[in-house]
Amino acid sequence: MDIFHLLSYGFIQRAFIAGSFIGVTCASLGMFLVLRKMSLIGDGLSHVSFGAIALGLFLGVYPFLIAVPVAILGSLLILKISEKAKVYGDAAIGIVSAVGIAGGVILASISRGFNTDLFGYLFGNILAITNLEVVFSVALSITVLGVIFYYYWDLFSATFDEEYARTTGINTSFINIILTVLTAVTVVLTVKMVGVMLVSALLVLPAVSALQIAQGFRKGIGYAVIISCVSVIAGILLSFVFDLPTGAIIVMISFLAFILASLRKRFT
Amino acid sequence: MTTIIEAKHVSVMYGRTVAIDDISFSVKKGDFIGLAGPNGAGKTTLMKAILGLIPVSKGRVMLFGLPQKSFRDYSKIGYLPQKHSGINPLFPATVEEVVLLGLLSSKKSPKLITKTDTDRVDGIIRTLDIGNLKGKMIAELSGGQQQKVMLARALVSDPELLVFDEPSTALDPKARQDFFSLVQKINKEKKITVILITHDTGYIGSYASKLLYIDRKLVHFGKISDMHKPNKTAPYFEKSEHHIIWHQHD
Repeated sequence: MDIFHLLSYGFIQRAFIAGSFIGVTCASLGMFLVLRKMSLIGDGLSHVSFGAIALGLFLGVYPFLIAVPVAILGSLLILKISEKAKVYGDAAIGIVSAVGIAGGVILASISRGFNTDLFGYLFGNILAITNLEVVFSVALSITVLGVIFYYYWDLFSATFDEEYARTTGINTSFINIILTVLTAVTVVLTVKMVGVMLVSALLVLPAVSALQIAQGFRKGIGYAVIISCVSVIAGILLSFVFDLPTGAIIVMISFLAFILASLRKRFT
Repeated sequence: MTTIIEAKHVSVMYGRTVAIDDISFSVKKGDFIGLAGPNGAGKTTLMKAILGLIPVSKGRVMLFGLPQKSFRDYSKIGYLPQKHSGINPLFPATVEEVVLLGLLSSKKSPKLITKTDTDRVDGIIRTLDIGNLKGKMIAELSGGQQQKVMLARALVSDPELLVFDEPSTALDPKARQDFFSLVQKINKEKKITVILITHDTGYIGSYASKLLYIDRKLVHFGKISDMHKPNKTAPYFEKSEHHIIWHQHD
C-alpha cells in the first residue's frame, strides 16, 4: 500500500489534521511546563479528565463537553491547593490526580454498559476520531495557540525569572492561571489521541528533546513543534501499516527523537 | 531635588514574625544608597516591600511621587534580583532574549518586539562591552558575564532607579570591583539613582554616597562618614557583635 493510497482514507486525513494541531499545541506548552518543573501536571490533569469522561458517559453527555470544564477546574484546584494549603506543587497534583481517577473508577463501577467506552480513553485512538472531534480539536488548538501567542513574552519572562517578571509589571499569578488552564484544555484534546496513560509524554518528550539542541527559546519551541508533528504523523502511519496501537507508537517515536537529540548534544 | 522613594514607618510581617519594623527613609534622584546589615536583617525584604513584590504590613511607600499601589510605570525601575542558585542550566535563552525582557515593562499584551527594541538591546550590550555575547546561551556564560547581561536587562528600559540585590555574590574579587565601578559610573554619568543591597560592607563604603544600615529596625541612614560618629550608632553596635569595616575614597 503506497502513501497516497493511505492518505485517501478519511480517517487517516482526520487523524493527521487533529494530530498535527494537538502536536503543535502540546509542544508549545510543553516548553513552558518543563522549564517551570511542572511536567507532571499533564499526568495529573489527564487523570482528572478520566474522571470527567466517566461522568460524561454516566450522564449520557458528550464526554469532551464535561471533560474540558472539569479539567480546567482541576487545574485551578491544583494551583489553589499549592498556594493556600502549604502543599508542594507535586503533592497538589497527586491529590487532584488521585481524586480524578477515584471518581472515574466509582462511576464505572456503579454504571452499566459504558466501561468499554471509558477504558478506550485510557489508551486513546486517534484513528477513530470523528469529524466533530476534529473540528473540536482544531478549534481548541487554535484558541490555545492564540493565547500562547498573545501572552508569549509574559509566559517567557515568568518562566525565566518569576520575581523579575513581577518587577516589570507582569501579573505572574494570572500568567500561572493561564498556563494551567491551557494545559487542562490541551490534556483533554490529547487524551483522545494517545490516551490518559500517555498524555504527559506528548507534553514532555518533544520539549525535553528540543532543550537538548536549541540555541534560543523561540528556536526551542520551533524544534519541539517539528519533533512533535513528525512523531504524530509517523506514528499514525506506522501504527496503521503494522497494526499497532497509535498512541504508544507516537510516544515511542518521540522517545527515539529524544535519544537522537541527546546523542547530537553529546557529540557536538 | 526629586524624591524617588519615600518610605514612612514601613513594617513587614511574615505571619506573626516581624521582618521589618518601623523603617523610614527617603531616596533622592542621583543618590547611590548602600543598603547593608547583617544576615537576616531584612535587607531584601525591605526592598521587595518597597517595590511591591511583598505586601507592606504597616506604613506607607511612595514611588516617584505616587502611592506604591498606584504606581504602574515599571520601566522607571531596573531590578537585578538576588541569585543564589544561578540560572537554570537547561534554559535555552540567548543573551538577546534575556535583555529583551527588560523592555516588557513598557508594553501591553500582546507584547510585540520591534526593530527599535532590538536596536536598544544592541546599544546597551555594546555599551556594556558584551556585544559579542548577543547570540550566546545565557546558561553557558561565566558568573561575571551573566551579571553583565542582567545589568543590561535592568538598564535597557532607560530606568531612573536601579536596584541591585547582592550583585557581587557570584563574582570573584576582580569581577566584583569591575561591577561596582561600572555601577558607580552609571550613577554619576547618567544620574540614575542606585540602591545596592549588600552584606559586603567593606566594598560599599567605596562607592555609595549614603548608607542605609538596618537590622530589622533602622540603625543608620545618612552619609557613611556619619556612621563613625559615636552618638549615631553606638547604642546599636555596643550591643551587637557585628563588625563593620568601611573603606572610603574621594
